[in-house]
Amino acid sequence: MSTDSHSNSAKSDLTPIVRLSAVNKHYGQLHVLQNINLEVTKGEVVVVLGPSGSGKSTLCRTINRLETIDSGTIEIDGKVLPEEGKMLAKLRADVGMVFQSFNLFAHKTILENVTLGPIKAKGMKKSEADKLALTLLERVGVANQKDKLPAQLSGGQQQRVAIARALAMRPKVMLFDEPTSALDPEMINEVLDTMVGLAKEGMTMIVVTHEMGFARKAADRVIFMADGQIVEESTPDQFFTNPQSARAKDFLGKLITS
Amino acid sequence: MQGYLSLWDEYGGQMLSAFWGNLQLTFWAAIGSLVLGTILALMRISPVPSFRAFGTSYVNIFRNTPLTIIMTFGVLVLFGVFKVQFSSDFNLNFFQIAIVGLTIYHSAFVCEAIRSGVNTVPLGQAEAARAIGLSFMPAARLVILPQAFRGAIAPLGNVLIALIKNTTVAVAGSVAEISGLMKTMLEFRADVGILIFLTIAVFFVIVVIPVGLLTTYLSKKLAVAR
Repeated sequence: MSTDSHSNSAKSDLTPIVRLSAVNKHYGQLHVLQNINLEVTKGEVVVVLGPSGSGKSTLCRTINRLETIDSGTIEIDGKVLPEEGKMLAKLRADVGMVFQSFNLFAHKTILENVTLGPIKAKGMKKSEADKLALTLLERVGVANQKDKLPAQLSGGQQQRVAIARALAMRPKVMLFDEPTSALDPEMINEVLDTMVGLAKEGMTMIVVTHEMGFARKAADRVIFMADGQIVEESTPDQFFTNPQSARAKDFLGKLITS
Repeated sequence: MQGYLSLWDEYGGQMLSAFWGNLQLTFWAAIGSLVLGTILALMRISPVPSFRAFGTSYVNIFRNTPLTIIMTFGVLVLFGVFKVQFSSDFNLNFFQIAIVGLTIYHSAFVCEAIRSGVNTVPLGQAEAARAIGLSFMPAARLVILPQAFRGAIAPLGNVLIALIKNTTVAVAGSVAEISGLMKTMLEFRADVGILIFLTIAVFFVIVVIPVGLLTTYLSKKLAVAR
């Protein structure tokens, strides 16, 4: 398999932004990712659904190597993820990540949270980074909070800052690891709206979530995981109205009531 | 009372200058062990296994070695046998050997204090730092250590307090400091023996209490809001 030798035309559009092939991972005895194959093309929004413990968060975290894998390969825009060191850091800068628990830098202001990456990882000038950060904070609607510390913001605001922080790196793909699971119900929508906006602008996104509304509204493709495997892969319409597998039917059946 | 006043007449100046020696030892050893301790802490949390092994070994060796032994080793072996000399001035040389000894010993404790501070920083902070493309050193310098130090102020204060008091062990390294002078005074002024002990204890209490109060205050004031 010589996927290294891609011609120019192949590089531009057809090379998937993210490609996982035959990825396996164990936690001790538990085979948490079982032979995962996944390709995400530019501009695509892929929503990963599944019961808890199905491996969907782990899948998301392997894509920028916050979790290591046992076998298989992961490529970002045609480049295989290195194991450690500067090359890995560089590739991670191309992958935006939004965490369930926000993880804003607690000792830095909102503005500094967003500018840290561009200045320190990309060598951008401070004035330039400030301008970029303000534009992004404006876009997620928290520019007026720029001088506060993360702990002074609501969960929804913090998560929107986290999205701005990831966007500031001008990533090729954004990963969302259950971005609304730690939020109070009334704050979920402000974050989802921001994400829908991003999706509409053509950002490539991989979203692990329990928000079926978001999947219906914004997803190009739904991936259903259970027990470490991708069980079903289809369009949101197809998945929600006509699920194929028993596991997916069971999963959706439990959701209807809520 | 008369006897005690005459003690001050006789030894007052020496007591102050000897105690000043203790404070100088504290100052330089505090800086030294903060630097070395931070480097050791970085090693202990680094992704490189050999660095981690080195940091762990260092801490386990020097934390478990009595300071007196390190101090006498410095003077009798480093200087006495291997002729290691930091300064041609005899007294200054011993003074500097004492600083090195105190630094080597206390940096093990500083390392552990900082590591306890690192444990106050949620794992997500490091993950977020890595996710925006920072490699280990920038992530440690910009995200982890600033928060870790603020979480480690109280334990670092304890190390500092221990260091202040441990400077008296420098007497084992022939440094002119207060506990050495105390021995001399006890010899010549046995009439006020208990008062000599108390006086020197008060010297230390006067310095240590503010340090304790200050670090408690700072650890609350600078705590990272989460």
